[in-house]
Amino acid sequence: MAERSFHVARLPGFATMAVAVFVALYLPIFTLVAYSFNASNSMAVWGGFSLDWYAKAWANEQVKDATVRSLVIACFAAVISTAVATMAALGTTRRRAFKGQTFIYVMINQPLMVPEIVTAVALMILFGLVKTVTGIHGLGYLVLAHAAFCVPFAYLPIRARLEGMDLTLETAAADLYATPWATFRRVTLPLLAPGMVAGAMLAFVISLDDVVITEFVKSGGQDTLPTYMLGQLRRQLTPEINAVSTMLLAVTVVLLTTFFLLTRKKD
Amino acid sequence: MADDVTISARHVIKAFGQGAAAVRALDDVSVDIRRSEFFTLLGPSGCGKTTLLRLIAGFEMPTGGEILLDGADISTLPPNKRPVNTVFQSYALFPHLTVAQNVAFGLQMLGKPAAEVKATTERMLALVKLEAMAGRKTAQLSGGQQQRVALARALAPQPKVLLLDEPLSALDLKLRKEMQIELKRLQLETGITFVFVTHDQEEALTMSDRIAVMSAGKVQQVGTARDIYIHPRNRFVASFIGETNFLTGTAEDGALRLGTGERIEMPGLRASPGPTTAIVRPEQLRLGKTADGGLQARVVSLVYFGTDTHCHLHLADGTELVARLQSPASGEAGLSRGDSVGIRFAEGAVQQVED
Amino acid sequence: MSRAEDAAVHRSVRNGWLLSTPALFLLTIAAAGPLLIVLVYSFLTPGQHGNVVWDFSVEGWIGILWSKDIFTGEWGLADAHLTIFWRSVSLSLLTTIFTFLLGFPTAWFIATRPPAQRALWLFLITIPFWTNLLIRTYAINEVLRKEGLINAVLLKLGVIDAPLDMLYGPFAIFVGMTYVYLPLMVLPLFAAIDRFDMKLLEAGYDLYASRMQVLRRVILPIVKPGIIAGSILVFVPSLGAYVTPRVLGGGKQMMIGNFIELQFLAGKNWPLGAALAMVLLIIVTVALLVYVRYANRDTSHG
Repeated sequence: MAERSFHVARLPGFATMAVAVFVALYLPIFTLVAYSFNASNSMAVWGGFSLDWYAKAWANEQVKDATVRSLVIACFAAVISTAVATMAALGTTRRRAFKGQTFIYVMINQPLMVPEIVTAVALMILFGLVKTVTGIHGLGYLVLAHAAFCVPFAYLPIRARLEGMDLTLETAAADLYATPWATFRRVTLPLLAPGMVAGAMLAFVISLDDVVITEFVKSGGQDTLPTYMLGQLRRQLTPEINAVSTMLLAVTVVLLTTFFLLTRKKD
Repeated sequence: MADDVTISARHVIKAFGQGAAAVRALDDVSVDIRRSEFFTLLGPSGCGKTTLLRLIAGFEMPTGGEILLDGADISTLPPNKRPVNTVFQSYALFPHLTVAQNVAFGLQMLGKPAAEVKATTERMLALVKLEAMAGRKTAQLSGGQQQRVALARALAPQPKVLLLDEPLSALDLKLRKEMQIELKRLQLETGITFVFVTHDQEEALTMSDRIAVMSAGKVQQVGTARDIYIHPRNRFVASFIGETNFLTGTAEDGALRLGTGERIEMPGLRASPGPTTAIVRPEQLRLGKTADGGLQARVVSLVYFGTDTHCHLHLADGTELVARLQSPASGEAGLSRGDSVGIRFAEGAVQQVED
Repeated sequence: MSRAEDAAVHRSVRNGWLLSTPALFLLTIAAAGPLLIVLVYSFLTPGQHGNVVWDFSVEGWIGILWSKDIFTGEWGLADAHLTIFWRSVSLSLLTTIFTFLLGFPTAWFIATRPPAQRALWLFLITIPFWTNLLIRTYAINEVLRKEGLINAVLLKLGVIDAPLDMLYGPFAIFVGMTYVYLPLMVLPLFAAIDRFDMKLLEAGYDLYASRMQVLRRVILPIVKPGIIAGSILVFVPSLGAYVTPRVLGGGKQMMIGNFIELQFLAGKNWPLGAALAMVLLIIVTVALLVYVRYANRDTSHG
């Protein structure tokens, strides 16, 4: 086939393949969402549009319970991880490189590198010991575990924001008689806020999605939404799971879209 | 004289990096800046002028020496404890605050009562003619307006010294000319000492009371614009400020002997071994007929500049000289390429300089 | 350096550490520190009903490759374990290769969009990346199962007479992992291609290269760091995958991740599980070190 014009950056078949990849990425998700509106009880046949499965999921005490628990854990994890990540980002950026900085980076990004199953097993053993010794079985263990693996996700956008920030603004504040604390509160913090919100949202999404570590760390009766779904996947599947998945998806997409708009550069 | 001095830098050294890799941005710099003067630090990029400014502001600590403000050592004082304000090259306006909030910032940090903050802010905005913009966010302003906000913000706390770090470099030519006049007006009105950093010699010559020419971390010469132009101390100052012809030869008593064997009268000169350098500005050359005497030269090219014509000349030994001649109202200057001419100099125009 | 300069540097370093302390503390108690306990447990003796007895033993480590015959008590090579390791490694490699084959054209496509569109295409790749892994795996289940999308379409078109049995096996795990880890390949590839100077293509064509030659001789060598990064990002989580093989492998087709879980929940051999976890950690660390080394060498060459 002759091309009318020659584009250097065009490679044959790439665009077709890319579009196919995008379709393949979204088709399964759309199928899953579509079936959540299926009136039929069977997973095989389309029985018309209905919101029955949402009503069923809503009425399901276990789902409700797990949803609340997921949200509570995600809120705590997001707040804690954002707080410590903000401090760490302030500590590791915009100053002369110091000995041990690499160690701090490695520690902060460690949850991204170590396979989840390894951390899950490690936490199960450690928290198991603590549970036996103290007899305390609260949500604290899950919050702690979630907060820890959310740190790198909160850290990334905050650090990016700090690195993009004009250092002379703080110099200017100091020049205008602001003490270091006043500079932080009046200049750094307001400028950092979008990064912190973005970091907190990523942390929230990551906590909400976690399966493996939660599955190993939770005590009896501490199912979160994902671990509840994992349990259900072993049994008879009904579109109720699709309904729950769709709701969780909706939350993720809304948060991500906000994040996308928040971090997009305004030109 | 001493109580006339606001800022005094004494043997200031600033090194960046450590050990063998250390670079001296300032190498034993001493300079006195007088009260209420418009003082300019002039030099090419990397000469240390901005470093000196940052040391005065307190953004950097000196490696050696000290900086005095009204006689007190402020070398180790943090910037928020120094009654000195800066207009940044990038303006560094707070993007999350309005124009008025930016101007009020320093006053609030000093803990001034709200009424005074408000009144001073309004006065400052009026001073830079930005009253109408008080409620705007700084990103909505033009470059020139941002420049004015930066000025108002730095002037509002009534500092003892205002430091300006190439504040006009981001503006276009027309606006730059306007702001030069504006800055001079503000300095006269407020009576505050201005320390102005620039690499633009024209800017320095037109605005400053005194200029310090810097190069390679050292102050080469301090003086008024006239001093520096007419009596440059060394080769660097002579070549950096204005256009200059260099003549090299051997010093004899009362004259310089060139490589061509010709002598130029220099009454103050004493005989010395080794080469001696002298300078002469292009407008100080007078061209005449070869028969009338003077240095024998050949016209290499003529470049027309409107009011002036630059005449490039070669001496017998290949030394190149430029003469700036007034272009005649009409027609030819009576010179053309290849002509032989005799060069004479205005009295006292040829001066010895250090290398 | 003057004393004031020294003091400023010291203060800066001290503040750097102080500010990082809360994060370091949290990660030490709830992420990195507990790994040491796993190491300790791998050298203990299994308890009767799970857990451990505090007696030193290396049987956990030996048990990775050898098993004791329950009747004769003799040690022999553990074929079942080897099968699991081979399945993990081969499926992870296949996943890495296929995510590259699909991901490269995709990343190229995104990087060559007009700047205004690029962010949106990139966003479309990141949504699945952040979406719950379990949900995405479940979505693949929906597509692959007997009554699923693929079978329904193929039956309708008359390509097949009876539904294909695609679920619960290595194939389903491979499809699932390729699907869930694809964005991890696309993102670093995009980053590398985005930095690629398109003028080099003009130079390549100007010097008589064909499109395939330009791809092979110009593009691929230059975006190689992105390829390596993407491969590591896909290979590492594939090797430690737990959710995908559990949901799509049907319980019998285990990978290392599920095998580790088995030791802790049903197998009741905690030291073996701990040793397996350590092995996984070591493999991943080596892969990352190789990458860091490669990345550093690459940047030093400019």
